[in-house]
Amino acid sequence: MSIKLPAIGNSQILSVGSYRPKRLVPNSEIVDRIESNDEWIQQRTGIQSRRFAGADETVISMAQAACESALKRAKLTIEDIDTLILATISYPFQAPSAATELINVLGNPKAAAFDISAACAGFCYGVAMASDLVRAGTSKNVLVVGVEKLSDFTDPDDRATAFIFADGAGAVIIGQSQEPCIGPAVWGSDADARDAIVLNPAYTEFRNAPDKGVAELGWPNISQQGQTVYRWAVFTVSKVGIKALEAAGVRPDELGAFIPHQANMRIIESMAKEIKIPESVVIADDIRVNGNTSAASIPLAMDVLLEQHPELHGTLALLIGYGAGLVYAAQVVQLPPKP
Amino acid sequence: MALAQADVLAGIKEIVEEVAGIPAASIEMDKNFTEDLEVDSLSMVEVVVAAEERFGVKIPDEAVTDLVTVGDAVNFIVNAAN
Repeated sequence: MSIKLPAIGNSQILSVGSYRPKRLVPNSEIVDRIESNDEWIQQRTGIQSRRFAGADETVISMAQAACESALKRAKLTIEDIDTLILATISYPFQAPSAATELINVLGNPKAAAFDISAACAGFCYGVAMASDLVRAGTSKNVLVVGVEKLSDFTDPDDRATAFIFADGAGAVIIGQSQEPCIGPAVWGSDADARDAIVLNPAYTEFRNAPDKGVAELGWPNISQQGQTVYRWAVFTVSKVGIKALEAAGVRPDELGAFIPHQANMRIIESMAKEIKIPESVVIADDIRVNGNTSAASIPLAMDVLLEQHPELHGTLALLIGYGAGLVYAAQVVQLPPKP
Repeated sequence: MALAQADVLAGIKEIVEEVAGIPAASIEMDKNFTEDLEVDSLSMVEVVVAAEERFGVKIPDEAVTDLVTVGDAVNFIVNAAN
């Protein structure tokens, strides 16, 4: 007696889509509350502006718009999608998942759908899982969505974070391929440094101390130890990028683009230096205009890059996601073909 | 191996020049990283990591905030190495 299994196949990114909230917020709107200035913010992060979602722009509505754009570009309908993986840390319900709300809204409530919590690494975690699901034959077409409404979890008075985080959604569709178009994921955690980025307090604190409430307990806004995260990102996570290139058998000069998580322009530039990304490679810098959108930042940056540089369609890109956990994942992918 | 203060200072001068573009000649023990040398908190991380590699010492994140002057960094490294 033996178990039947489909042959291992190959996977590719078929398309990318994104949604940016309508409201663009320049540094000048942020600085007064944190006694800072535009020059200081730009010098340390490269950020000139970010987008904040309005009341009518929810985690689900932004993700829906990104997915519909990706479906249209891949010339697929939602019925072609059998799996949805959604990465977020800002969906305001513990359960059911954001993925089940999204797949229902998109119109295919029978597809497998689940959330993953890997913060700013969430998109690369999703790509890793989707690629393996397709290769193993478990899924045929997987929607991977990164979406955040971090303005709901950012303290506008926190001098260390108020200017960093932003809102938006990005999605890719991963399907079958003749050739390997998604390299092996190199991933892991540095969980002994999990205090470096946190959202505290726990929701249960509000039940346990109803007399205190948000006024005294605060709200689970993101707080981070900037220097610790910078050091980890530049000097530890860069090595993960080098390993992902090695795992895929790709040299830095064979890349078309470098699309790391858009955390901070200084981190991106230092990472590129550590990995020895040559000048011929286009480096995503969406952080400058649209801020740090955590799980959404890589697909958002990918979409913008392909719009600005259409010649990058079909070229290789190194993706690196890293964030709260601390967790990281990197892989080399072939960017989707021109729709 | 024991490190001499003068050797560590010479090494720090080279690192700060490389990381922040400050001429080594203007870097002395009493200079304040932030106010005199305009080495901001993120550049300071790069200085610290480069110093760790060069001198084979560990400078934990919680110690970095206490390294206000070049002399603080030099003395920390000399003590850590010896």
